[in-house]
Amino acid sequence: MADTAQMQVSDEVAITIQNMNKWYGTFHVLRNIDLTVNRGERIVVCGPSGSGKSTLIRCINALEEHQQGSIEVDGTLLSSDLKNIDKIRSEVGMCFQHFNLFPHLSILDNLTLAPIWVRKTPKKEAEEVAMHYLEKVKIPDQANKFPGQLSGGQQQRVAIARSLCMKPRIMLFDEPTSALDPEMIKEVLDTMIELAEEGMTMICVTHEMGFARQVANRVIFMDAGQIVEQNEPEEFFNNPKSERTQLFLSQILGH
Amino acid sequence: MTILTDPPKESFRLSMLLNDTRYRSLTFQVIAAIALAFSILYLANNLARNLADQGLSISFAFLGAPAGYDINQRLIEYTSQSTNLRAAFVGILNTLLVAFLACVTATIFGVLAGVLRLSKNWLVAKIMAFYVEIFRNIPVLIWIIIIFTIMTAVLPGPRAFRGDDATASMFLGVSAFTNRGIYIPGPYFTRGFGAAELGAVWDWVLVLGLLVASFFGARAVNARATRIQEATGIRPATLTTNLAIWFGPLIVVALALGLTFEIPELKGFNFKGGIKVGGPLIAIWFALSIYTGAFIAENVRAGILAVSKGQTEAAAALGIRPGRIMSLVILPQALRVIIPPLISNYLNITKNSSLAILVGYADVTATLGGITLNQTGRAIECVLLLMLFYLVISLLISGIINIYNNSVKLKER
Amino acid sequence: MSDTHSQSVAFVRTEDVPPAPPPANATGPVKWIKDNLFATPANSVLTVIALLVIYMVLSGTLPWVFNGIWDSPSLAVCREMLNGESGACFAVLTERWNQLLFGFKYPSDLYWRPALAFALLFVAAAPVLFFDLPRKILIFTGLYPFIAYYLIWGGSIFTPLLALAGFVAGGYVYQRFVKGSFAVGFFGAIAAAVLVWTIGGFIIPSSEITEGAMQSVQSRDLGGFMLNMMLGVTCVSLSLPIGIALALGRQSSMPIIKYICVVFIEFIRGVPLITLLFVASVMLSYFFPPEATVDLFLRVVIMITIFSAAYIAEVVRGGLAALPKGQYEAADSLGLDYTQAMRLIILPQALKISIPGIVNVSVGLFKDTTLVSVISMFDMVGMIRGPILASTEWNGVYWELFAFAALLFFIVCYGISQYSQWLERRLATDHK
Repeated sequence: MADTAQMQVSDEVAITIQNMNKWYGTFHVLRNIDLTVNRGERIVVCGPSGSGKSTLIRCINALEEHQQGSIEVDGTLLSSDLKNIDKIRSEVGMCFQHFNLFPHLSILDNLTLAPIWVRKTPKKEAEEVAMHYLEKVKIPDQANKFPGQLSGGQQQRVAIARSLCMKPRIMLFDEPTSALDPEMIKEVLDTMIELAEEGMTMICVTHEMGFARQVANRVIFMDAGQIVEQNEPEEFFNNPKSERTQLFLSQILGH
Repeated sequence: MTILTDPPKESFRLSMLLNDTRYRSLTFQVIAAIALAFSILYLANNLARNLADQGLSISFAFLGAPAGYDINQRLIEYTSQSTNLRAAFVGILNTLLVAFLACVTATIFGVLAGVLRLSKNWLVAKIMAFYVEIFRNIPVLIWIIIIFTIMTAVLPGPRAFRGDDATASMFLGVSAFTNRGIYIPGPYFTRGFGAAELGAVWDWVLVLGLLVASFFGARAVNARATRIQEATGIRPATLTTNLAIWFGPLIVVALALGLTFEIPELKGFNFKGGIKVGGPLIAIWFALSIYTGAFIAENVRAGILAVSKGQTEAAAALGIRPGRIMSLVILPQALRVIIPPLISNYLNITKNSSLAILVGYADVTATLGGITLNQTGRAIECVLLLMLFYLVISLLISGIINIYNNSVKLKER
Repeated sequence: MSDTHSQSVAFVRTEDVPPAPPPANATGPVKWIKDNLFATPANSVLTVIALLVIYMVLSGTLPWVFNGIWDSPSLAVCREMLNGESGACFAVLTERWNQLLFGFKYPSDLYWRPALAFALLFVAAAPVLFFDLPRKILIFTGLYPFIAYYLIWGGSIFTPLLALAGFVAGGYVYQRFVKGSFAVGFFGAIAAAVLVWTIGGFIIPSSEITEGAMQSVQSRDLGGFMLNMMLGVTCVSLSLPIGIALALGRQSSMPIIKYICVVFIEFIRGVPLITLLFVASVMLSYFFPPEATVDLFLRVVIMITIFSAAYIAEVVRGGLAALPKGQYEAADSLGLDYTQAMRLIILPQALKISIPGIVNVSVGLFKDTTLVSVISMFDMVGMIRGPILASTEWNGVYWELFAFAALLFFIVCYGISQYSQWLERRLATDHK
C-alpha cells in the first residue's frame, strides 16, 4: 500500500483554532489551544486519558462549547449563532467510540436520515448515495438490517458511511476503534485509510500508532489540556522531543 | 504566533433572538412566561366575572363558623357545635389514621404474598399469583364497596346476639362482629396511674417508653455480639437474650399494673364496652390493604428477583449458610430495589384513602370536601384546602423517597 | 468407563456413550408432586393449608354459581325459586343488562349505536396494538374518533365532518411545511385548523336532531360500562401527547419552562384523583367564561386527562433518561435540530422503552374511571349503587352485580397487561 503520509497537502486552510480555552466548572480542560489544519491533512491526536483530546475535537463541531478563543471551520466562525453551528455540523462528519447508530432505524434509514431532513435531499437520491457509501465500506448487503444485528466493526463502518452521506469536507474520529474487539479493528482502520487516500481532511483521536505512522502527516501529543508536541510521524515516533511524550510513547509501545 | 482573543463583537440584530444560542432560550422562556401569565389572567378574570355574576366572593371565614353536623369516628373532641376547621382536623386525623393502619397491613400482606409467590411450593405460588392478578386488575373502589357490603349486609346486627335463640355468637366469647362495627376487648390497667378505665394515657406512655428502651437494649446486645465476633471470630447466640429484653419488662409491668381486658357486652340494642372499630373504617382499611398489598407483593418479588442468582451462588461458594446469605447478601440489595416503590405505594394508600367518602368514613375528603362543602357552598375554598392537604403529605413522602435514594446512592460510591 | 485404560494417560474416544433415560425416580408426575408440593415437612403443611383454602372457597362459591337463576323479574321471585338453597340471582344481570352497559337514560332503541362504536374500537385499535397488520388500517384509526363521536352523540353529521376537515387541513399544512421548520408546520397546522373550524362554524347549521336513527343524545344521558370505556379511551389517548410534551418540558434546559412543567406534574401527582373530580364537578365551571356552558362529561374528561398526562409524563421522562447520551450527540453531529432530533431519534426510542409504564398508567386510569360515581355520574359502579340497588325489584342483590362489575374490569385490565407483557417480549427480541 502506498504510504499515504507522503501525500500532498494543499495550502488552503480548513480549520483554524486560536487561543481556545475551555473549563468544566472550575476545571481547566483545554488551555490555549492553537491549531491550524490545512485541507487534505491527516492529523492523529494522542495522549493519556483525561488529556482533553476528545474534548478538543468535540469543540470543533460544537458538541461542547468553548469559553474563550475562536474556532473557524471552512471560513465559518463558530459562534453562538445557530446558523453557523448548523453549517459547520453539516460540513464536519464525526464518528464516535460507541458508534451511536440509531438502533430503531434500519442501516439504510440511518444513512438517509440526515440527508433527507438536513440537506433536504429527495428520498430516492439519498438512498442511492447511501448505497454508494455502503458499498464503499463493503457492507451493501446489510442495508436492511438493524444496527443490533451487526458486529461492532460493521457498526463502526456504517457510522463512517453515515457521516459520509452528508458529504462532509472534514471528518473527526473520536477513538473509533477503542470499543472494538481486536479482530475488528483492522476492517475499520482500512476504511479510514481508504478515506485518507481520497484526500479527506481528518482529525483522529486514536491510540493506533501503526495507523498514525502509515496515514498521518502530523501527530499531536496532548497532556493536561495542552498541545505538548506536534511533528511529522517519523520524527515524532523516532525522536520525541518532550519528556512527557517520551514517557507516553514508552508506555504504549513498551509491550 | 498570532494573538487573537474573542471574535469581534457583532451588533445586535433582531434575528439573533431566534438564531443565537445566547438569546434563543431566553426568547422561548419569555414567550412561555407570557403565555402562562396570560392564561392565569384569563382564568382569574373568568373566575372574577363568574363570582360577581353570582354575588359570591372568596372567603375562608366559614372555617370559623360552627359545622353543625356530627362525626361518629373521631380521634379528638368534636361536637356539632365545633367549627368547620375542627371538623377538617377530625377528618385529617381520620385520614392519617386509616392511611397508617392500611400501610402497616398492606406491607404485611404484600411481603407475605411476594415471598410466597417465589415459594418452591407450586400450589402456594400459584395461589399468590392469583391473588396478585385478581386484586391488581379490579378497581379499588369495587373492593371498598364489596368489603363494606360484607360489613353491613352480611354480618348480623347486635339483635341477633340476644336471647336464647341467638343466631349469632361472639367470637371466642370476647369479640363481636356486627353490622355496626367490630367490638374487641379493650385492655386497661387496674392498678395503673390514672383511673382504672380505657383510655388512661399515662400507663400507655409507660409501655411505649418500655418498648423504646427494649429497642435500644436489643441494639446494644447485638452491637456487643458484633464486637465479640470481630475480636474473637465467634458470634455469641443473641436470640434468647433478645427475647428476654423485648418481653421480660413488658410481662413484669403488665402483671404489676394489673392488665385486664374490658369485654364488650350486649346492653340494650347495642354492644357496650371494649373497643369499637366502625364498619366504614374496616372497609376502607381492609380494602386498601389487600389492594395495595397486591402491588407491594409485585415490588417485593421484583426486588428479590433483581438480586441476581450469581450473588446467591457467589455467597454459597464462599461457604456462607443459606440463612446468612439471605440476611447478609440478598436482603440488603433487594431492599434498595423494594423501598422506593414501597414508599410510593404508601403515598397511593394515602391518596386512595380519599375514597372513604364512598362508605361514609369521615376522612378529610368527607368532612371538608363533602359535608362542609355542601353545607357552606364554599366549593373553591374547600377544594383548594383539600388539595393543599394532600399536596403537603405527598411532598413530605416524596422528600423521604429522595433522602433514601440519595443515601443509597452515596453508599454505592 | 470400560473403554478407557485406567493405567494410561492418553485417551481417544472411539465410540460415543449412548444417551440413557434418567432413573425412574427422577422424572414423572410422582417426582413432580414430591418436588413441588411435598419437598419438606413445612412445605407439606403449606400444601395442605392451601388445599383447604381452595376447598373452602370453591365449596362456598361453586354451588352458588351453578344454582344461579338467570330468569326472574325480581329478587323476591328469585328467592322463591331458590327455595332456601344457596344460589345466585344472575337474573339481575339479564334483566338490567342494558342499564349496566349503557346507563339508564340512553334511548333504548339507539343501543346499536354505542355497540357499533365499541365494535369498531377494536378495528381502530388493532393496527396500533399489532404492528404486523397492514398500515392502511391506520387511516381508519384516524377517522375513528369522528365516527365514534357521531355514533354515540348522534345529531348532525356536519359537526364531526367539520372537526375532521379542520384536522385534515391542519395535517396537510403540517406535512407541507414540517421539512422546512417544525415550528412553521406546527403553528401553521393549528392556524389552518382553527380557520376551517371558524369558517365552518358559520356555514354549518348546529340544530339538534330530535328523532330518527341519528337523533342527538345528551352527554348527561351517557352511563354504564360505556361511560367507563369512553372516559378510559378518550383520556388515555388525549393524555399521551400532553404527557410527552410535559416530559420534554421537564427535561428542558430552559429553567422557566422546566419549572412550569415540574410544578404542574408534581401538583397533579400530589393530589388524589377524587379532588380533581371535585374540581370538575363544582369548581371548574367558574374558570370558563360565564357565557360558555361546558357539560360535566367534558369537564371530567379535561380533569382526568390532566391527571393521567402528569403520570404519563413521568413514565416518558424515565424513558428519555434511559437513552444513552450518544444518541443525542450523534443527532447533533449530523446537524439535526432539536425538533428533528426529538421526533426522529429520541422519542421513538424513549417511547418504546416507556410502553410498559404507559400501559400501567392506562390500566390504572381505566380502573380509576369508576371514581366518577362519587360525583354522581352513572358509570357502571354508579348504576349498580344507584338505580339498580335502589329499585324495589333488586334491592339486596349485591354479589351478583359486584362480581359482574369486577369480572368485566378484570377481563379488560388483565387483557391489557397481558398484551403489554407480550409486546415487551416482542420488542426485546426485535432488531436483535
